[in-house]
Amino acid sequence: MDVVRVQSEDFDVGAESERLHRAADEVGGVVTFIGTVRGGAVRAMTLEHYPGMTERSLETLVEEARRRWSLAAVTVIHRFGRLLPGERIVFVGVASRHRAEAFAASEFLIDRLKTEAPFWKKEETEEGARWVEAKEGDEDRARRW
Amino acid sequence: MVVNVLYFAALRDVLSSEGERIPLPETVHTVGALRTYLGSRGAQWAPLLEWQNLRCARNRSLCGWDEPVCDGDEIAFFPPVTGG
Repeated sequence: MDVVRVQSEDFDVGAESERLHRAADEVGGVVTFIGTVRGGAVRAMTLEHYPGMTERSLETLVEEARRRWSLAAVTVIHRFGRLLPGERIVFVGVASRHRAEAFAASEFLIDRLKTEAPFWKKEETEEGARWVEAKEGDEDRARRW
Repeated sequence: MVVNVLYFAALRDVLSSEGERIPLPETVHTVGALRTYLGSRGAQWAPLLEWQNLRCARNRSLCGWDEPVCDGDEIAFFPPVTGG
């Protein structure tokens, strides 16, 4: 059973991992990726998204991952709104029979999410607020798939 | 033909507009032509033409600039995404 959620509230990493682990009898491994707000110069970050398109783009990525790899369960959760350093932003979890599929699919999902899902980050620093620029490296990583 | 246009993130801030419902001249048949039309309406809208790497979506799916535009479409313009 796949899960795609876009929400302002935090998620329970343990509960989400457990659900993937218990998703099917044939699960042999679970890979999870958790993205967090990096500390340092950034005091806070506000994530904006495109309601309606965001969910659809994440569901499309999950469908593509399922076509490419044999997967038991997939979970993608992405938050929006104002987040502080150390807070969780995104959860990508994949359960499969063998680890290779789960590693590959989770990396595919986060790489493509970063260049296709309509989210935008605005950082608050000492000098004021600024929109985060897309990184060329992220495009390169997404193109590998 | 009337379309719903949406602007997001830094583009919305620069245009001072979240979007508009706008009737189009008969010459506008693609998302690229829509961008040119919208951006040619004076200084407020010029960033639409000047924006490097501007992205677009038609009816909530990413699309290219040659994507056709139909009556009632929801067309969104935005900077490259930065989620994750």
